[in-house]
Amino acid sequence: MPELKSFPTSSAAFFGGVRHALTSVFFPVMGGTYIGIGALAHDFGLSALWLTLSTLFVWAGPAQVILISGIGAGAALIEVAIAVTLSGIRLFPMVMALLPLLRTRETRTTDLILPAHFTSVSMWIESLRVLPGIAHAQRVAFCNGLAATYMGIAATFGLVGFYLAAGLPPLFAAALLFITPISFLISTARSAVTMLDRLALVLGLVGGTVLAALQVEFDLLWAGVGGGTIAYLVSRFRKKPVQADV
Amino acid sequence: MSAELWPYIVLMVVGFLPNEAWRLVGLVLARGLNEESQIVLWSRAVATAILAGVVAKLIVFASGSLATIPLGVRVGAVMVGFLAFLLIRRSPLAGVLVGEAVLLIGGYFFAP
Repeated sequence: MPELKSFPTSSAAFFGGVRHALTSVFFPVMGGTYIGIGALAHDFGLSALWLTLSTLFVWAGPAQVILISGIGAGAALIEVAIAVTLSGIRLFPMVMALLPLLRTRETRTTDLILPAHFTSVSMWIESLRVLPGIAHAQRVAFCNGLAATYMGIAATFGLVGFYLAAGLPPLFAAALLFITPISFLISTARSAVTMLDRLALVLGLVGGTVLAALQVEFDLLWAGVGGGTIAYLVSRFRKKPVQADV
Repeated sequence: MSAELWPYIVLMVVGFLPNEAWRLVGLVLARGLNEESQIVLWSRAVATAILAGVVAKLIVFASGSLATIPLGVRVGAVMVGFLAFLLIRRSPLAGVLVGEAVLLIGGYFFAP
């Protein structure tokens, strides 16, 4: 069994996490994504403070995009809340998979509240990859340093996007607003490795457009729950159980 | 209740709580769902479709400065960008950059 990396103190472990975040591939990805989200928040008339708090508290790109575009466009709040919670379900198995890596006999549940809140796709992918090589007792501190840095990057670049969108000529502001749809489309397609996920992606794109064009009430929920359920049923009954990665 | 506080209350009740609840469920349930379980597969499909619906609406029913770019240019930019992603080693960065370039060039020449 290989030697686990150990830090002299828990604050050294925290800063080990900080350093890891600053040099990881997710730095530019997160910067670009949050420039787009910041521009989106500006476009929908939300304040810079609101944007920053949404990054710190919601801390999930898809949920923030749903929230900002939903309340910005004046959708029913209950619809937005349901769409946000449906997009957040994926956090539940992610937290469950992460915690066994962090927990030792001495760990109190209260120590795990922060890592649970910090759980989001990029932090989770990096943690699952890196934590197994870190000494058990220092994993919580390392993980907190990693995630707090990602969050700081996201909040900072969100403000960059917000103020760029406010100051740039319309063509370039449009290009900033375009970051969110194209980057989320491509990253969703990239992680959609199963037939089920790909079908859900296509049905969501088509359903979202058609139902919004027909001005159906709760268009997003119908497109999401309907499209996702159809995709699920089709792939379930078309062949043997689907293989899912992540 | 002052009107300035309203967006922040909405943020907490409509954004924070519905999302955070799942993190707490994951924290509280010591053992539970298999990642391959049917409910997890279904919820992933629904979350994917919802996000896809949001993406489609942001492009087709664009608002603000993005709405000043003609619909054909927006849809064309997404399609070319997506194609670039598929063709250039499935690189998200390549897809986003090509899509952005098409949007900027198209927006410049076909601006109303």
